[in-house]
Amino acid sequence: MGKLDRFGGVFLLPLIIAAVAFVLIGAPSSWLTLTIAGLSMGMMIFLMASGLSLVFGLMDVLNFGHSAFVSFGAFIAASVLAYFGGWLTSGNIALNILAFTLALAAAITFGAAAGWFFERVIVKPVYRDHLRQILITMGALIVAEQLILAVWGGSPINVPRPHFLEGTLIIGQSSLEIYRLFAFVLGAVVYAALYILLNRTRMGLLIRAGVENREMVEALGFRIDRIFIVVFMLGSALASLGGAMWAGYETIITPALGAQMMVIVFIVVIIGGLGSIQGTLLGALIVALMQNYVGFLAPKLALASNMLLMMAILLWRPSGLAPAVK
Amino acid sequence: MSLLSLRGVDVSIGQYSVLHGVTFDVPEGGVFVLLGRNGAGKTTTLRSIMGLWKPQSGQVMFRGENIAGLHASGIARKGIAFVPENMGIFGGLTVAENMVLATARGKFDDARLTRIYELFPALEQFWDKQAWSLSGGQKQMLAVARAIIEPRDLILIDEPTKGLAPSIIAAMGEAFREISANTTILLVEQNFAFAKSLGREMAVIEDGQVVHRGSMADFVADQALQDRLLSLSAEGA
Repeated sequence: MGKLDRFGGVFLLPLIIAAVAFVLIGAPSSWLTLTIAGLSMGMMIFLMASGLSLVFGLMDVLNFGHSAFVSFGAFIAASVLAYFGGWLTSGNIALNILAFTLALAAAITFGAAAGWFFERVIVKPVYRDHLRQILITMGALIVAEQLILAVWGGSPINVPRPHFLEGTLIIGQSSLEIYRLFAFVLGAVVYAALYILLNRTRMGLLIRAGVENREMVEALGFRIDRIFIVVFMLGSALASLGGAMWAGYETIITPALGAQMMVIVFIVVIIGGLGSIQGTLLGALIVALMQNYVGFLAPKLALASNMLLMMAILLWRPSGLAPAVK
Repeated sequence: MSLLSLRGVDVSIGQYSVLHGVTFDVPEGGVFVLLGRNGAGKTTTLRSIMGLWKPQSGQVMFRGENIAGLHASGIARKGIAFVPENMGIFGGLTVAENMVLATARGKFDDARLTRIYELFPALEQFWDKQAWSLSGGQKQMLAVARAIIEPRDLILIDEPTKGLAPSIIAAMGEAFREISANTTILLVEQNFAFAKSLGREMAVIEDGQVVHRGSMADFVADQALQDRLLSLSAEGA
């Protein structure tokens, strides 16, 4: 790996996977479609997982309730989109964009507020106690699912897409969904914003330092518990944004969405390495690309492929591909 | 009046009682050395002063104010810096980022930074390197530099010579001598040769209690007392 490190190290893995898939799939148009689908799916999973990784890494909190924010984000966005249904189908692109922006903003706002409540009421009493964290956050996830059932019912809900994100782009013989391209761009923008936050601001410096050594950050004069709240709210808001985007991607959602995504989000965080945004992005892209390629080549192995991938990576790098330095 | 006074400080960690009525005074200026065998309670004493462990009872008076039970961040803002035994360096951050975190407003005082470069030239050389890539001695320099980048009244330093080469220890001693001209240092040290070269006042902790207090000169002169209190840890003498 020494020589490979000079050219990007583990960050070359998505390229290597894509190259191997290109050979195995054979048809360039199918490969391109699958690759774009994988990248956009990876970016949405990154949105959901990045907060969990930071919360895991910085706060040492095993938050099994994280996917509740994904579910709420999806359902709230679906409701807002349904409310503004007329704006979505109108030919007016400004109304289209406004309705979609309001849906995402509602999901983000709810996620941040729910994150604040969750941290203060549920997580704070069980800091430093992993067993209780697992029990109480799983309990919170069940309660959240029941709340969704009570508010939205148990039937699948159709999620309308804004008109401007409908349709496909044809490049050569490949058809690329506009919604997927948008999801990829949005994920990339969020990643860039997170990167700037973490690497170019004092708050980011404190978060990165806190991931490594909370006690020392306190001994330098900072209230780490206040940074915790900000990170928790940010992580929850991102999960809700990921959920909102996922709702539009799937177009049909059920209350089990959060629990379904939880498995994949945990795989991503573990593969990527705790507390690292770069690691989370890497993990998300690898998992999503693998799922799409294997789903095409050997559909029955799609879910198992991610489990095998996680096992292989953990045997190779027990701390994940790019963990924060501890 | 002493800069720092501990009065009957009791500390328990989990079900274990570690400090039992620790009492001593640290005068302002110079280096005060806390000696003792492994597991005597020296590190627990420093951590309790810093607020990283809360005393169950007793007082930690700093400039006449009881700071026992305050949050560590509040204690740091009162002018106390801490250099832990493991140095507490943020390995994933650069040397510059480690330093900037220790400043109050994210900006360096040029004069202080120049002084730090003079004391520890390696830090200027590796300014933009990630801290994990530094050697053990350079990490210790960074940990001390972080403690003095802002004006402090008291610096708590836990076993700074542990695992360092003799030449680095000598350089560290020179640096502490210069720093202690303006800032009080409370030094926990097992290397008695290093400790006695710096300390003016001292105390010895045994089984969580202070069993001796006095001047370093008197302690150095009393070989029998040294043998009795530090028999397992005075190899460096």
